[in-house]
Amino acid sequence: MKAMIVKEFRELARDRRTLGMLIVMPLLLLVIFGYAANFYVSSLKTAVVGPQASQVTKMLPSFFDVTVTEPSGTQADAETLLRDNKVDVAFVTGQTPVLALVNGSNLFAAQSAVAALNKVGNQVKTQVLYNPDLKTSWVMVPAIIGLILTFIGTIITSIGMVREREAGTLEQLAVMPIKPSRVILGKIAPYFLVASVDMIIVTVLGILLFSVPFNGSPFAFALGAAIFLFVVLGLGVFISTISQTAGQAIQTAFFFLLPQILLSGMIFPLEAMAAGVRWIGYLLPLTYFTMISQGIMLRGAPIASLWLPFVVLTVMAVVVFTGATLRFRRDLAPGRPASPARGEQAAAEPVSTT
Amino acid sequence: MTYSVRSATVRFGSTVALDDVTVEVPGGSVVAVVGGDGAGKSTLLRALAGELALDAGTVETPPKQRLGYLPASSGSWAALTVTQNIDFVAGIYGLAGDELAARRAELLDRAALTPAAGRLAAQLSGGMRRKLGFIMAIVHRPALLILDEPTTGIDPVSRIDLWRLVSEAAASGTAVLMSTTYLDEAERAAHLVVLDSGRVLVQGSYDRVRASFAGVVTQTGRPVRADWAWRRGRVLHEYWPGGDSSTPANPPAGSTAVAPDLEDIVIALSLARRNTVPS
Repeated sequence: MKAMIVKEFRELARDRRTLGMLIVMPLLLLVIFGYAANFYVSSLKTAVVGPQASQVTKMLPSFFDVTVTEPSGTQADAETLLRDNKVDVAFVTGQTPVLALVNGSNLFAAQSAVAALNKVGNQVKTQVLYNPDLKTSWVMVPAIIGLILTFIGTIITSIGMVREREAGTLEQLAVMPIKPSRVILGKIAPYFLVASVDMIIVTVLGILLFSVPFNGSPFAFALGAAIFLFVVLGLGVFISTISQTAGQAIQTAFFFLLPQILLSGMIFPLEAMAAGVRWIGYLLPLTYFTMISQGIMLRGAPIASLWLPFVVLTVMAVVVFTGATLRFRRDLAPGRPASPARGEQAAAEPVSTT
Repeated sequence: MTYSVRSATVRFGSTVALDDVTVEVPGGSVVAVVGGDGAGKSTLLRALAGELALDAGTVETPPKQRLGYLPASSGSWAALTVTQNIDFVAGIYGLAGDELAARRAELLDRAALTPAAGRLAAQLSGGMRRKLGFIMAIVHRPALLILDEPTTGIDPVSRIDLWRLVSEAAASGTAVLMSTTYLDEAERAAHLVVLDSGRVLVQGSYDRVRASFAGVVTQTGRPVRADWAWRRGRVLHEYWPGGDSSTPANPPAGSTAVAPDLEDIVIALSLARRNTVPS
């Protein structure tokens, strides 16, 4: 048994990826997710419009972080601010009681806002927009669409790509008269199509089963999903270039997938996270797709108001996809691997006789 | 047309995988590369296939459209059927329609794979999979065919089938470069290249390789020098290179000399190199 234990430790010591998962991952998970796992929103971005905007602003507790005070503003202006996700709550003054509009697409912020406003009594009339019953499914379905695209884009694509390397068929493709760019496009096109079909199915089912509204432009939604798909497919191609086996690809994809689930704002609200880990969320593509999908489906937001996530995702798509493609091209180009070909390791030994 | 690598050197870090190797592959002939593990066979083939960059030397090959390559791995896509594998590769080379159908049927028939045309490559035996890989390498009638150990690990009958296919390809004018660890089948090639530690020990026709072999191989039950001996069946063979002051020039009296075959020659030359060149 001792020999078995020693052998296992030796193998483990050479498998740096697994070693990393065993040692680094638990620490990272504890520290990052410990700080991220928080449903409590400590302050709400707030707008106050209407003739008594200044007076109402002074009366509001610090929980309402007033970022917009517009005495000449109307209810329509307040709704635009909410639709563009610039504020979580908007107070419309000039009427009795004061109207408090709450952005229901930011579920935890909205729940905190409703709880705080209920304490005020009948001085304020509360109206939740975009998700009147504050249903979790309404905010989760748009995010889950992104998660499914991420899953297909990273794990399934990387496995499909790395299978060529495992089977040794990559070296066969390398000597065929086919351009590396066509190999890559040919490889990812099926995943792009499958992911697109999955996206449509999940969106339609989400609407049918959970009555999730689709208030915005399907074209804008499709455009956002397509850009996001390029990002995650690029990640999948990149993972395949740093993995030798399907097992390694799954391990590596896990590194990319887990933070997307927990730090993208899908489960824990970004604004409730400690600043030290919140910035990680802003580096993740799913964060921006969720902004787009929730914005379009729930709030009917136009592309103009979602320009930031669209631009960030486009930049990510260009950077990630180009980088991954260049790495994959390198695998297909004549090169000099770090070690000789398989089967060219040991030399024949003469017989040993006594 | 003759294809070649000339003065080729390839290094993997501090390891010299090919050291000033020159090999020519004339059209219509089979050149067999033999040598032990680590000799540089696959590296030589990959260099000629354009899959590996040289540190020094030149490579003369046809364009990719006229090159056929069977790597040491299976050479086929496991989740595709035999027909789908052939069609995929043929499509890349621009074959389609009736031309492809006729070529596919012809090759499947010659490789005795017609009954397995609908089976997944993953469900084929090792020999059938290698034959499929061979078909995929020649489906577009390449001018240069490179086969990396096409017969390794397959049964004797499949080896015969594969050799027949190789011979037919050469007879049609294709230049064939193949590596093999089976020295008996290498003897059938028009030209032999014996590699050891990245260097060419000897090359030429089988007759020329035998004629140029210096020294004596003896058969013995108990070798005088263990590091110059190897087992052949139930007996041992021992090499006496001669002409080298560091080793005894001649076998002791009473030894039985044998006519060395290619396996003896390759092992003897490899041992001579290792026992006389400081490592």
